[in-house]
Amino acid sequence: MFQRLDAPSAHVTFDFEGRSIHAAVGDSVAAALLAAGVVDLRRSPVGGEPRGPWCLIGNCFECLVEIDGVPSRQACMTLARDGMRVRRQRGAAGARA
Amino acid sequence: MSAPMELAVVGAGPAGMGAAAQAAELGVDVTLLDEQPAPGGQIYRGVDRVLGERPETARVLGEDYRRGASLTAALRRSGARHLADTAVWDLSVRDPDSGALLPAGEGLTLGLLRAGRAEVRRARVVVVASGAMERPVPVPGWTMPGVMSAGGVQTLLKASGLVPGVPTAVVGSGPLVYLVAWQLARAGVSLAAVWVTVPWARRLEAAPAMLAAVGEYGQIAKGLRWRRELRAMGVPLREGVRDVRVVGSERAEGVVGQVGNTEQRVAAGLVVVHEGVIPSIALPRAAGCALHHDALRAAWAPRTDRFGATSVDGVLVAGDAGGVAGALAAEAAGRLAGLEAARRLGRIDAGTRDRLALAPRRALERALRVRPFLDRLFRPRAEVLAPVDEAVVACRCEGVTVATLRRLARAGCAGPNQAKAFSRCGMGPCQGRMCESTVAGVLAAGLRRDVESVGGYRVRAPVKPLTVGELAGLAGLDTPPEIVGGVPIGARRRA
Repeated sequence: MFQRLDAPSAHVTFDFEGRSIHAAVGDSVAAALLAAGVVDLRRSPVGGEPRGPWCLIGNCFECLVEIDGVPSRQACMTLARDGMRVRRQRGAAGARA
Repeated sequence: MSAPMELAVVGAGPAGMGAAAQAAELGVDVTLLDEQPAPGGQIYRGVDRVLGERPETARVLGEDYRRGASLTAALRRSGARHLADTAVWDLSVRDPDSGALLPAGEGLTLGLLRAGRAEVRRARVVVVASGAMERPVPVPGWTMPGVMSAGGVQTLLKASGLVPGVPTAVVGSGPLVYLVAWQLARAGVSLAAVWVTVPWARRLEAAPAMLAAVGEYGQIAKGLRWRRELRAMGVPLREGVRDVRVVGSERAEGVVGQVGNTEQRVAAGLVVVHEGVIPSIALPRAAGCALHHDALRAAWAPRTDRFGATSVDGVLVAGDAGGVAGALAAEAAGRLAGLEAARRLGRIDAGTRDRLALAPRRALERALRVRPFLDRLFRPRAEVLAPVDEAVVACRCEGVTVATLRRLARAGCAGPNQAKAFSRCGMGPCQGRMCESTVAGVLAAGLRRDVESVGGYRVRAPVKPLTVGELAGLAGLDTPPEIVGGVPIGARRRA
């Protein structure tokens, strides 16, 4: 979906639903996922249709994901870190499977 | 609560950096609060890292972006304290413990979120430099993954050096449409279409305002250069495009629009949309600052004097948060607010302030000369503010459509706050940021009133969602493990 203009100086690796995502240091979770081809990050809790990042600056709240078991984290406002576990968010914020 | 801050500046874009540096240079103890890891704001986001480590990204962004490095350097020299990774979720004239109004001159209360902990701090003077956000673009299909704002695409470029790797359509109105398309084309992105939605008649409307831009034609020439170079690079640029919609099933697959007399369909894996920017005013609203609605720019902004002082004692607003005018104007307005803050805090007298204000005042006036032209040329079309297609989603969080809002208008719904109670529009996690202009626009059209009289959403703290776990820090509590990351307040919804 997105590709890098410059080779990153350092990497971090995190888990996205069982898949290893290699990100550049300084990437937000949303940027790292877009670079890895993941564009749908959640389903609307109202209509159930897929949603993905829209504004990338923390205003639209469309990129809410579950990070390390915590739901409703803004993927665009959270820096990717080694060892993170990220999942798509399904259904209402705060609902636990 | 920790010791009060003397001057708190919210936002480290050109206005915030200008205000912080100016006040600190005059001896004020300045704390600059910003959500990002490094200063720059959205316009100069990541500037030091990009110029230092990412030569290709720097080339693609172009010359104007480099100016940001001189601002971050001035900020560092000034001695202002920079608190990075810090969100501000409240600005209030009330005592946080008693809830009583603080006496005039006794300062303000700020709610901060740092490292997962909420805290409340007092500040004697606050400069809000929270910048601007993109106006929502409520076209059919805009909620699908693969549709992004032009600013969002720029953020990926500045913060991560990322550009689209799939055929991309750029659609909309405003200088940013040309700029983003130009940057992506220079980066070698495959642009399937660049569709500018400015109606041809706007050029006639805007032409007389070119007189006001005397001496500042460089800004207009730059836009014309982007346009010329896009064509020279073979990009399919079309102007005066109407009735744009995004098509796809589970994600964006392309755009359809009226190009001249024919309906065109273009396949694209990414659709970039933009219809201009509006001030981010959640904090001045939370503080109770008087606002006005600018009909030409179709946006609310705080009422300010020539130094950015609002109707609330001790609260100043600088830069795009006070009315969108761009980075150069913001830098100068920040300097002016910094001077006024230094006067209020007793570092300089009014005479010194006015003398030091001459240079930034001149810079501001120059930067503003081109605005009447740009504001008229890129004035939002009626259908951006009040979409005609009833199936369009106005409130993305709660899935409220234009049809619902029209029905509310027919029933005599008085304004956005009442519509919220009836339809849940504006009650999701974005707190109305993504729907307010559409809700107000559709209600105003239905009620045959202007947006100013229909009004906007009331804003209450926290202006950004906080979790119970984050709030636990406020009471000095250790976070109870069972509620870590509980339902974000402000994002509660039906189970």
